[in-house]
Amino acid sequence: MPTPFDRRLARHARSTAPYLLACVLLGALGAGCVLAQAALLAHAVAAPAFPAALAAVIALRALLVWGQEVVAHRAAAGVTSQLRAGLLARVTADRPGARSGELTALVTRGVDALDPYFSRYLPQLVLALLVPVTVLAALAAADPAAAAIVAATLPLIPVFGVLIGTYAASRTRRQWRTLEVLAGHFADVVAGLPALKAFGRARAQARHIERVTGDHRRATLATLRIAFCSALVLELAATLAVALVAVSVGLRLVGGSISFETALFVLILAPEAYLPLRQAAAQFHAGQEGLAAADRILGLLDEPVPAPRPVSSPSRGDLRVEALAPREAVGPFSLDVPERAITALTGPSGAGKSSLIGALAGLVTPVSGRILSGGVQVVADDAWRRGIAWVPQRPFLFEGTVAENIAIAVPEAPGTAVSRAAEAVGVCTFTTLDTRLGVGGEGLSAGQRHRVALARAALRCDLLDTWLVLLDEPTAHLDVLTEVAVAEALTDLLRGRTALVATHRRALLERADRVVELSVRRDAELGSEPDRAVTV
Amino acid sequence: MSAAPRRGPGAVHARLGLAASAGAAALVCGVGLMATSAWLISRASHHPPVLYLMVAIVAVRAFGLGRGVLRYAERVVAHDAALRLLARTRVRIFVRLAELAPATRPGSLGAVVGNAEGVADRWLRGVLPMVAAGIAAATAVVLEWWILPAAGAVLLGAVLAGGVLAPVVAWRGARRAEARGAEGRAALSARTAETLDGLPELVAYGALPGRLEQLRRADAAVVAAAGRSAWTAGLGAGLTTLAGGSAVLGALAAGVPAVRDGRLDAVLLAVIVLTPLAAFEALGALSEAAQRLLRAREDAAHVREVLDAPVPSTEPAEARPLPDGHRLTVRGLRARWPGAADDSLVAPDLDLAPGRRVVVMGRSGSGKSTLAAVLARFLDYRGSVTLGGTELRDLAADDVRSVIGLCGQDAHLFDTTVAENVRLARPEASDDEVADALRRAGAGHLGLGVRVGEHGTAVSGGERQRIALARALLADVRILVLDEPDAHLDDATATTVLTDLLRAAGSRTVLLVSHRAAIPGADPVLRHVDEVVTVGDQPRNT
Repeated sequence: MPTPFDRRLARHARSTAPYLLACVLLGALGAGCVLAQAALLAHAVAAPAFPAALAAVIALRALLVWGQEVVAHRAAAGVTSQLRAGLLARVTADRPGARSGELTALVTRGVDALDPYFSRYLPQLVLALLVPVTVLAALAAADPAAAAIVAATLPLIPVFGVLIGTYAASRTRRQWRTLEVLAGHFADVVAGLPALKAFGRARAQARHIERVTGDHRRATLATLRIAFCSALVLELAATLAVALVAVSVGLRLVGGSISFETALFVLILAPEAYLPLRQAAAQFHAGQEGLAAADRILGLLDEPVPAPRPVSSPSRGDLRVEALAPREAVGPFSLDVPERAITALTGPSGAGKSSLIGALAGLVTPVSGRILSGGVQVVADDAWRRGIAWVPQRPFLFEGTVAENIAIAVPEAPGTAVSRAAEAVGVCTFTTLDTRLGVGGEGLSAGQRHRVALARAALRCDLLDTWLVLLDEPTAHLDVLTEVAVAEALTDLLRGRTALVATHRRALLERADRVVELSVRRDAELGSEPDRAVTV
Repeated sequence: MSAAPRRGPGAVHARLGLAASAGAAALVCGVGLMATSAWLISRASHHPPVLYLMVAIVAVRAFGLGRGVLRYAERVVAHDAALRLLARTRVRIFVRLAELAPATRPGSLGAVVGNAEGVADRWLRGVLPMVAAGIAAATAVVLEWWILPAAGAVLLGAVLAGGVLAPVVAWRGARRAEARGAEGRAALSARTAETLDGLPELVAYGALPGRLEQLRRADAAVVAAAGRSAWTAGLGAGLTTLAGGSAVLGALAAGVPAVRDGRLDAVLLAVIVLTPLAAFEALGALSEAAQRLLRAREDAAHVREVLDAPVPSTEPAEARPLPDGHRLTVRGLRARWPGAADDSLVAPDLDLAPGRRVVVMGRSGSGKSTLAAVLARFLDYRGSVTLGGTELRDLAADDVRSVIGLCGQDAHLFDTTVAENVRLARPEASDDEVADALRRAGAGHLGLGVRVGEHGTAVSGGERQRIALARALLADVRILVLDEPDAHLDDATATTVLTDLLRAAGSRTVLLVSHRAAIPGADPVLRHVDEVVTVGDQPRNT
């Protein structure tokens, strides 16, 4: 079984350590209350009398329980928030292309799984360490025989817990991975629902999902049966030990070797030794799930951060792409993009146009080759991107108004500039700036989404010192008339700037200063012709 | 459309009932253990012959054993039921989203998936513990009442305070903070997912720091809501502890005078004082269960929102049989997406005899895609569309789709191999047939086993469209509706592909929706079609 607490958590979430300290303090006070209550109650029944001090102890106990809960919930919210922030910062730092479905599950539900771990499991764990020891010491002083029974059965619980837990833990870990894959799969299938529906496969997919979740249920249940076994051992050890203590004390009472008050004290106290362990075990699942999630989260957080490079001072001039392979099995290409001119990029689909543009925008890390700007090798960092406007083939629109979506290109852009940019590429012909869009730009057609993205580029050209414009199929979804209008607007926008535009549409090709055609790489030709860009 | 669950809701309900009984019995065993132990010790202090104690000794051991075993049974059965419920809810959500597609993009999909878990949680951690604790507490009250009615009344009062009042106080107090919290949590999840999806844009525009700052603020709001809810969550647990202690004090206050007056056997004083301890151990879980129920209510509301969303296309009450003929006619067609203010489509009349090829042209946003959606029965319509003389709305949607195949312009590729992506059109197709369809779509160079990546990101935009085309070719449909299949292809390739496609379509009817320039004679594609129709200039689509 892994240790119940991962030290790395304290390192990544600052509020962990003070929280643990508070738990120990409250736990120690609670243990004291348990002893006092048992002693006072035993005396009251044996006398029989009504002790006023008992009322005070009971009130204090209630206060402690309340305080413990408040501290736990507040601390858990703080810790998970710190982890979430750290994780987001880490994830966004160097992986613009990673699998978002799984990562999203980790950043949202993965971190949420830590909440019960912090708010329930950890405080119970502290109590489970403190209270049994205190109770055992008190029992030993009052009745060594009962203390012996408790002392003999208490260790059984962690021992069996460890044995069964070790087995369950590895399965839980696998379970968590399955859940992630399942979530990714579900999202993928739902995104493709129109296609599934068109081919009458939606119902089959529903059955498939039913089957997969069914399998998942059976696997989870098999894990749980084993995990619950440790709880069973614990319950049995606890209740049977209390029964043994009761019988043993009762028989000795008959013999007269123990007083009634002591016997009652022992009977009241004995279950208290097991109660925190039982409650900790009830949170066992939360603990395991939390630890499994913590392991994945901390693994990501502990990945070495790429050393911060000195901020480059990008040089501007003719661009030269030298033997660049933007991704596996694509390229290498060599081509020139002269300064202050529009270079159109054509070539069959799959030739690598989008990857090449992504590499120029610093969003795709090339496999090999280099890019020169004004004769200086380009370091594609934030400083380099500051001079660029880039519009991808499938632009992503965020939930919010059209204006907000355009303004994302230049944070804090004035409203007048945003309307100017929208006007420039004809966004206002099909929507208003105040129109709210759903997630992923719901409410606009593909061509309209693209024009909103073009307005982003227009905004950057207008407000920033943008010298390089990278456009990936900017007019793909447009009809001929709209295409001509957009091409006209783009020509105005690109005047005096360096532009690389991937396109197949005549309206744009005609306006380009030069056209570069990329050829698709055939495996048979590998090596025979390393540089395959041909300038027309 | 509905996916018939293999086992009905009965299986789940029977399991839930079984779990509740086992849980209650386990807690009753706990009460029994404490009561008999207390009696055993009190009786023993009067030094009776050991034989007098044998029944109590056996009972103490039996209660001890029963509690552990019953608790185990409860846990396994309850989790089984909850997981079944989860699977069922998930499938229902999926089926509903399928009915809604493509009208509603599954916006906060991640949230809905999480909400489904909340619905299952409602039983596992809400209702079941409540039922079990209620039964156990009632048993303890009856026992006390039987021994000393005053003690029973005190315990009843304490149980009501600790088991009903405390959770209600916690529940009410937490309500507003919780409602805010759920909204905040859902918003935070959605914004986080969006940030990761739109990461390239954010990085390219240097907007990432601002975006992360926004998320930090949303996160801080969620943390603040959790902090407020913590005060009241703790209040519930504290009140329960207080009520438990008061029950013990009350039993002492009632019992001690009764023993002095001789109304109560001294042997039973320990029983009435210690039994409340066990009863309140059972009630301890109630406050949390109440909070769970509240949270689950929000989840259930979100799930219902999806399940109750208006459907864009309704199935006929009694579907007519699929006609033999495949002539497609469109007369006075108008259609509107749910929630839209205007008609997205006012289509021209069409007449497609079997084997006829028609191109529908129109500006972006003129409703061409809506026409395709109507023909695929994704969307209800006014006016008339007949297939072989039968009105489309009188036919089952799946029947229609077995005759009319749609290839959309933003075709989704699933995160699997090229072959599997094509094969979904006809699952029983052989590898050769799949390869042939790919070749005809101009994607013969792609290996069947190549993985396309999440959302098809491992292949280029053009390749994605060709794979989608191959699907349409593989599907054995009589009428092919192609919604701008050439949107992502270069002109030369588009011409080749469309020509190949029209040739490959053979005797099938083809309705091609396109924004290509209609210059008869100049466009080689148009030589392969019988008719060119222009969609009216009423740009309505928003």
